[in-house]
Amino acid sequence: MTTTLFFQYLFAGITYGSIYGIVAIGFNIIYNATGIINFAQGEFVMLGAMSAISLLQWMPLPLAVALAVLITMVVGGLIEMVFIRWLDNPSVLRMIIITIGLSILIREVALHIWGESIRSLPYFVGNEITALSLGPVRISPQVLWVIFTCAVMVIGLSLFFRVTPVGREMRACSANRTAAVLCGINTRNMVTLSFMLSAGIGALAGCVMSPITYTQYDSGTSLAIKGFTVAILGGLGNSAGAVAAGLLLGIIEAFSVAVVPLAFQDAIAITILLVILFVRPHGIFASGDAARLKEF
Amino acid sequence: MGVRGKKYTGLTVLALLVVLVQAVTALTGTQFYLTQLTMAAYYTLLVIGLAVVMGYAGQISIGHAGFFAIGGYLSAALTTHSLAGFSGHPLVQALGRAGLLMAGQDLYGEEILVVAPWAAALFAVITAAVVALLLGVPVLKLKGHYLAMATLGFGIIVFRVVLASEYFGEADGISEVPAFTLLPWGPVQVSGDFGLRVQNYYIAWGILILGLWLLLNLIDSRVGRALRAIHGSEEAAEAVGVDTARFKLKVFVLSAVYAALAGVFLTHYNGGIGPSEASVMKSVRYVALVAVGGMANIWGTLIMGAGLTFLSLRGVFGSYDDAVFGLILILVMLFAPDGILSLKLRGFSVLPGRRVRNLHEGEGGDA
Repeated sequence: MTTTLFFQYLFAGITYGSIYGIVAIGFNIIYNATGIINFAQGEFVMLGAMSAISLLQWMPLPLAVALAVLITMVVGGLIEMVFIRWLDNPSVLRMIIITIGLSILIREVALHIWGESIRSLPYFVGNEITALSLGPVRISPQVLWVIFTCAVMVIGLSLFFRVTPVGREMRACSANRTAAVLCGINTRNMVTLSFMLSAGIGALAGCVMSPITYTQYDSGTSLAIKGFTVAILGGLGNSAGAVAAGLLLGIIEAFSVAVVPLAFQDAIAITILLVILFVRPHGIFASGDAARLKEF
Repeated sequence: MGVRGKKYTGLTVLALLVVLVQAVTALTGTQFYLTQLTMAAYYTLLVIGLAVVMGYAGQISIGHAGFFAIGGYLSAALTTHSLAGFSGHPLVQALGRAGLLMAGQDLYGEEILVVAPWAAALFAVITAAVVALLLGVPVLKLKGHYLAMATLGFGIIVFRVVLASEYFGEADGISEVPAFTLLPWGPVQVSGDFGLRVQNYYIAWGILILGLWLLLNLIDSRVGRALRAIHGSEEAAEAVGVDTARFKLKVFVLSAVYAALAGVFLTHYNGGIGPSEASVMKSVRYVALVAVGGMANIWGTLIMGAGLTFLSLRGVFGSYDDAVFGLILILVMLFAPDGILSLKLRGFSVLPGRRVRNLHEGEGGDA
């Protein structure tokens, strides 16, 4: 493998990896707030990209992306309020089935709105063949957009959870819900907020990646699986771990192109997921003792 | 004794109903319904197997379309791809000597040599069972979300493999699967032949009733009590000496065998199989049918499974087919986690074994 090829693969890996990381963080935010895995997480990504593509007819790109993120956040919030908020202490099995049902419903609605065609947003800067030279490597500016946006989101989120009062309240909720209630925090609102937040970052990730990966009504499922793989790999609920694991999976996938046929690419992530689940279900970074205390 | 009595009443009523439906279609000239009813019976066979895994063992599987596909695809591929070109190969000759091969002619009159359907079916079902065992040993240690994702992952791998393999026909699937002759004498065979429609209707429902009978016996046995204990509380079950891992694994493998059998028969009946049978949406649909039926309720699952599958196959839901199942899944889980039948019939025990009998009643029934 030449050096140039090596770096090309590496950049492709980082690009996809940062998306996986963001989807995994989306899983983590909701998991931390509620203890459930939202199987409809991938659909938020698809919804964000699809809305932005439609809105582009009427407005410039930045506005379309912003509005699409907003719409997806509203959808995320509504879903929580309509389907989840009023359930009293639902079992894990019930929540899994409800969120799976939601993901199908969102996908089917998308199918009826946007059809089966594969769409994409235009490149934010330049077009398909614009390329920047970084030493021996030539990469599309969109790749930098993806990496940059994901980095900003990760930093922004960690600041949000550490510094802002709302972020601290959300963390209090995930640490100990009863104690949070006793301190006067409205935990139900925090759950709604976590759905909105997770829908929002998913939608933004969907928009920046759309020019490279294209978007279809059913592109959420495989993203969700990969995002979940990454979330487990990094330790469920651990967002720093998610970023590292996301990059790891992205790079493994990118280099595997050289050996494994493209059709089996999804299978790589799933195989890793299965191996991780069997060997270290608490993730590669977390300690096993801490995992045993969590509820799955 | 009471439980046993109810069980046989239920099975008899079901058998009579099957005959009645056939009689009605014959009298009203609506035999075309039999085609979808036959298909619905095979799908329901899978669904009642899954109901035991979900309802009684309390484990979710979003990968049962994978087992269905293993059954369907393997038996289709083995009975369709001709080995005539390899007739000199020692393995093929050994198979031939063992009587596992079947010679015939394809559409264009060329000589073909394929694996006999019963041997292919046996191989397919055993493969599904082995895969279930290999998957089940590590997977069933997991709970909740992890189990759901692991089985979902398994289903997607099967889907990708059939979609990407030339041997399994890629996106086109496999067609022209020959009839499956069940008995060496007489023309008793599973096939989509028009003249055999009534016969196939009875074969399908006969297999389903047999499968149902076996499951009902299982539930009333020591295994069933152990499973209910696991569902109630895995820790408590373990504490009183139930080998939870082994029981869960057994039921998981059994349900995979049911799924594979359904795949084998339906593929021979339809004369083909396509990748959509392995899709995640199918697995989700099976989960939805179990949920609607009331989880730990084989009879409810049977009724809702056969009914909804029939409507879906008739095309009643049009292009909203998948959406309908998604919606059903959500509504049932939100408003009736014990299944639709539990809503209307609350307080009455019209259907035998309608909801999870608690441990105590289960023991009482046996005493």
